[in-house]
Amino acid sequence: MKIAIPVDEKSLQSNVSVSFGRTPYFLIYDPKTKKSVFLDNSAASSTGGAGVKAAQKVVDSKANILLTPRLGENAADVLKAAEFKIYKTTTASAKDNIDAFIAGKLPLLDEIHAGFHGHRGN
Amino acid sequence: MRIAVLSGKGGTGKTLVSVNLAAAAKTSTYIDCDVEEPNGHLFFKPENIQEEEVSVRTPKVDEKLCSGCRKCVNFCKFNALAYIKDKLIVFEEICHSCGGCILFCPEKALTEKERVIGKVQKGISDQVTIYTGIMNTGEASGVPIIKKLFNENIPEADKQTFVDCPPGSACIVMESIMDADYCILVVEPTLFGVHNLNMVYELVKLFNKPFGVVLNKCLEEENPAEKFCFEKEIKILARIPFDNELGILNSNAEIAVRKSEKWRTIFSTLLETVKKEVHHEATSNS
Repeated sequence: MKIAIPVDEKSLQSNVSVSFGRTPYFLIYDPKTKKSVFLDNSAASSTGGAGVKAAQKVVDSKANILLTPRLGENAADVLKAAEFKIYKTTTASAKDNIDAFIAGKLPLLDEIHAGFHGHRGN
Repeated sequence: MRIAVLSGKGGTGKTLVSVNLAAAAKTSTYIDCDVEEPNGHLFFKPENIQEEEVSVRTPKVDEKLCSGCRKCVNFCKFNALAYIKDKLIVFEEICHSCGGCILFCPEKALTEKERVIGKVQKGISDQVTIYTGIMNTGEASGVPIIKKLFNENIPEADKQTFVDCPPGSACIVMESIMDADYCILVVEPTLFGVHNLNMVYELVKLFNKPFGVVLNKCLEEENPAEKFCFEKEIKILARIPFDNELGILNSNAEIAVRKSEKWRTIFSTLLETVKKEVHHEATSNS
């Protein structure tokens, strides 16, 4: 089992990023070895389809659990195809959210937003 | 001569201006590019409607041929493809139909399939030819529909064409003004109106289009949009009053120019002003 979390900084104490697709980094955490790896999210600067690209990156990292405050439709489709389990984070740090997840205290993310594609104006 | 009518926000009077100009010009073409909610046809009530579907091409994968090399995934700048658990996933609504993935696939596992995203209608109302673009609900981009509308209607120098643009200043508006000879920016007299005028003002400058402003819904009091035009030295083409009669005509989906002499005069004067501006631009640029 490996856990993926979008984070604002390359630290276990970092905030969980408010955006999945455009987070600057992903923390990939292995609870067995307690090893953390930080991945740069190259999707953050995409003009479109950031969620799909970010999700591909997370799948390729061999994680199978995602902790995130929110998730768009397209990213969710990719992660569902990869049989991810997705949990909703609190405002606490990445490390606190990992601990809460291991203690079974994080709820499954049941709300997938429709994304911000093709809205009018700018 | 192609005139595009645009504004930074909805409800300022783009359709009012473009419909009435087309009606005032008598023999003309009106193109409704507001494909998310086209409403010019409600005024013209066109007859002899001909309809054509608009489709885009998206990739389709033959899983037996796909080797999983991911060349297509890495190529796609729009991130419309993902490769998960030995399977390629295509996000059709993200795809921009460039066809690059198909060219890059070394296994020839990708082919094109057509997907209908909307339609264009053509009809007649008196001597005005009306084109309407209609996008299907849930589609992300109306740009292919606008392209189709313009493919159907090649600009003719002696025939006046009026393009009713979508609101805002995004891609779909850029596509709508691309081949315009002149842009009319419609604005209402509020601070919010000025903010949105500024967006389209920057857009038409970026595209190097000659343009002027129509001040709509004018009241007696101070008009922040007029002030903006004075400051930026923008040509004011007309001032349309905030008028009860016009409001009623418009709400009943009547074309003011066809109903009253007063409005025929106002919009014919605007049309003459615009024609002069276009002529002036043409001679000063030649």
